[in-house]
Amino acid sequence: MSSKKKTGNVASPALSGTAYPLIDHSFDVVVIGAGGAGLRAVLGTAEAGLTTACISKVFPTRSHTVAAQGGISAALGNMGDDDWRWHMYDTVKGSDWLGDQDAIEYLCRNAPEAVYELEHFGVPFSRTKEGKIYQRPFGGMTKHYGKGIAQRTCAAADRTGHAILHTLYGQALRNKAKFFIEYFALDLIMDSEGICRGLMALNMEDGTIHRFRAQKTILATGGYGRTYFSCTSAHICTGDGNAMTLRTGLPLQDMEFVQFHPTGIYGAGCLITEGARGEGGYLTNAEGERFMERYAPSAKDLASRDVVSRSMTMEIRDGRGLGKEKDHLHLHLSHLDPDILVERLPGISESARIFSGVDVTREPIPVLPTVHYNMGGIPANFRGEVLSGKNSDPDAIVPGLMAIGEAACVSVHGANRLGSNSLVDLVVFGKAAAIQCIETLKAGAKQPELTPDAGQSALSRLDRLRYADGDTPTAVLRLNMQKIMQSNCAVFRTGDVLREGQELIHEIWRAGQNIKVTDRSLIWNTDLIETLEYDNLIAQAVATMESAYNRKESRGAHAREDYPERNDENWMKHTLVRVNSVTYATEIDYRPVHTHTMSKDVDYIQPRARVY
Amino acid sequence: MVQLTLPRNSNVREGKKWPKPERGTLREFRIYRWNPDNSESPRIDTYYVESEDCGPMVLDALLWIKNKIDPTLTLRRSCREGICGSCAMNIDGTNGLACIKGLDQVSPVIKIYPLPHMEVIKDLVPDFSHFYAQHQSIDPWLKTETPPPEKEWKQSCEDREKLDGLYECILCACCSSSCPSYWWNGERYLGPAVLLQAYRWLIDSRDESTGERLDNLEDPFRLYRCHTILNCANACPKGLNPAKAITEIKKMMVKRKL
Repeated sequence: MSSKKKTGNVASPALSGTAYPLIDHSFDVVVIGAGGAGLRAVLGTAEAGLTTACISKVFPTRSHTVAAQGGISAALGNMGDDDWRWHMYDTVKGSDWLGDQDAIEYLCRNAPEAVYELEHFGVPFSRTKEGKIYQRPFGGMTKHYGKGIAQRTCAAADRTGHAILHTLYGQALRNKAKFFIEYFALDLIMDSEGICRGLMALNMEDGTIHRFRAQKTILATGGYGRTYFSCTSAHICTGDGNAMTLRTGLPLQDMEFVQFHPTGIYGAGCLITEGARGEGGYLTNAEGERFMERYAPSAKDLASRDVVSRSMTMEIRDGRGLGKEKDHLHLHLSHLDPDILVERLPGISESARIFSGVDVTREPIPVLPTVHYNMGGIPANFRGEVLSGKNSDPDAIVPGLMAIGEAACVSVHGANRLGSNSLVDLVVFGKAAAIQCIETLKAGAKQPELTPDAGQSALSRLDRLRYADGDTPTAVLRLNMQKIMQSNCAVFRTGDVLREGQELIHEIWRAGQNIKVTDRSLIWNTDLIETLEYDNLIAQAVATMESAYNRKESRGAHAREDYPERNDENWMKHTLVRVNSVTYATEIDYRPVHTHTMSKDVDYIQPRARVY
Repeated sequence: MVQLTLPRNSNVREGKKWPKPERGTLREFRIYRWNPDNSESPRIDTYYVESEDCGPMVLDALLWIKNKIDPTLTLRRSCREGICGSCAMNIDGTNGLACIKGLDQVSPVIKIYPLPHMEVIKDLVPDFSHFYAQHQSIDPWLKTETPPPEKEWKQSCEDREKLDGLYECILCACCSSSCPSYWWNGERYLGPAVLLQAYRWLIDSRDESTGERLDNLEDPFRLYRCHTILNCANACPKGLNPAKAITEIKKMMVKRKL
């Protein structure tokens, strides 16, 4: 049974000397994050009778999954032949052979069931004439192992994420999950044996501190796009779970792999779905040329995202960009049937009008590659268990701790994620984590008592930042960090630029000692929340820059001009990075890529050159 | 004549006038502030934003103020592209999303208030608890009796089209908090947003619980407080028409009695 006790506990942090009211909770499972992955896990464990708490810093339907547009991939074969093995091949190729093939097999073979389940939950998918789920082409999705374009991406117009997130929220309600909404997660509680026992959270509405004890703690906290100046990510995408993981001393994996989406709206950074190209849209340069034909002769505008973003960057560099600054390109949709635009791309038609003043039936949309997704994150296996990154056993797990969704690095996306593979990742691994909990936990099992000082360090950190009285406001440090990441860790990278980026980002990191928070309140103190988020972001920015400098090859989204080739012999391995925010030390390590599949139904896909 | 005693803190007073930058084209913002930590009445603070240094939307200006002038200004925000529904507020007398309301669409002196007739927690952050509880009360999930098929439930394009204009709701509450009927009877009247959500499930060809859903709404307050004022349709930042959905529910009620 879940229990909530007001123990009358108070915790006195060192700095202010004021006690914070502390409320203890005990659940079988605590999920942090209420996006697609978090909600899918929550409804699974709640349905099975495990007491489940879902903690989220925003109301569930405001999580960033809501902004996903184009669709969710699954080899349903509604629009022609398809096979999950082809999906698997595309995903492995998309990952540039950095993905773990056992996990990719798990993803692709479970994708159809996961999508049917969503449909049964009530997701309003667009339909074919036969009444089946409509599927559209997407970048890198092919038939027969690269021979021809597949229509594999299931869509609810161009609001698929919104449709899925709202539906999952309804299902979580149906299964009576307990929500803690507008609670900000502070830190994990790890015991002396390295087992995760729960976490600490701040109730933003009244400033009370909540200590959650759980048999399993599931991190579903999303990506950290806000380390960059220009990103499609929401303001809330600050990778809080990644940072909490780093603070326990555990590593993050493959943080150098940051996906730039080819079509962010120039200026605003808002997303225009790849589905726009899936429905027949195309890119042009200042000369009106469809330049993707030169870079990817067979897939053209539907090549993988890293390929298209690099091609666009090269066009701009070569002086073929548009506008006064020659710094963007055009995405054309005006040749498409207006009815198709209304039926299948209504959301981006609206976004283009609002954010660039463009009527898509007449004019092209100005676009630019924009930070969109983090392939890296908390190392996890396909059951959702977090890996500890021990050298002696690279697949050893951290008991009690799980990670799913964009926060996790399973790794199914490897060095580059294919469009529409993210939503399916959320629901497949959200469900996998629920299954793992159901199989390994006993509902209401007695949990060891927490030590009295459990969570004390989280409170000290909160109190220190709440009363931080340096001379640099959070917003200034954050902007500096974002500008450095944008200029020194971009689509193309070189050793010199990364080296400089390392120095600059370390400087900002240390400048955090001088951070200034103005609002001292405990009720809806967004100055404090943004500071906690910034503290999370900067650790991940450091992790990203360190990992990028370290990887001396080009693979997927990590394009090193000084090492332009993929180097399987030396670099077909996952980067592990540890970041210590007390000593400012960082440490790089590695994990081997899994070169086996999950079952005998499919063979390991041997590395080869990646051409689209 | 009825005598109304307004709560003490409903009296809004003139607040702080923040320093005016010396250069640039300035936009004046008058923003509602209320701090629950002290017993003071709400106030209207005046800020000046440098247009050239700020993005094109009202949200850009609010974040400019928060980042550069006053970090204590409190508001919800997330996606900044009109899909998450966080930054709903009253802008220039009309409810809307700050992130998609252009600074060129509002008057030169911009007044910003929290959504009307909702309890304020702090500044521009209202309490949504009751709104969310009402949303939960309509069972916002697909209900079926028939065992699910191995693959998807079939739905014709025509039946799917009936969900357009409904499923896009982002639960921002711009409509409900603009509805006079909801202002007066919000405790019991479900309001436009929640009724639009209710109709979204009623009209879904896959749902098998129409009768039960209608029973749940058959009530003088829950449904029948809509007087077709249509503020909801005007306020909706996604261009939806909750009043029409409510009318359709009323029609379903009549039809099933025939």
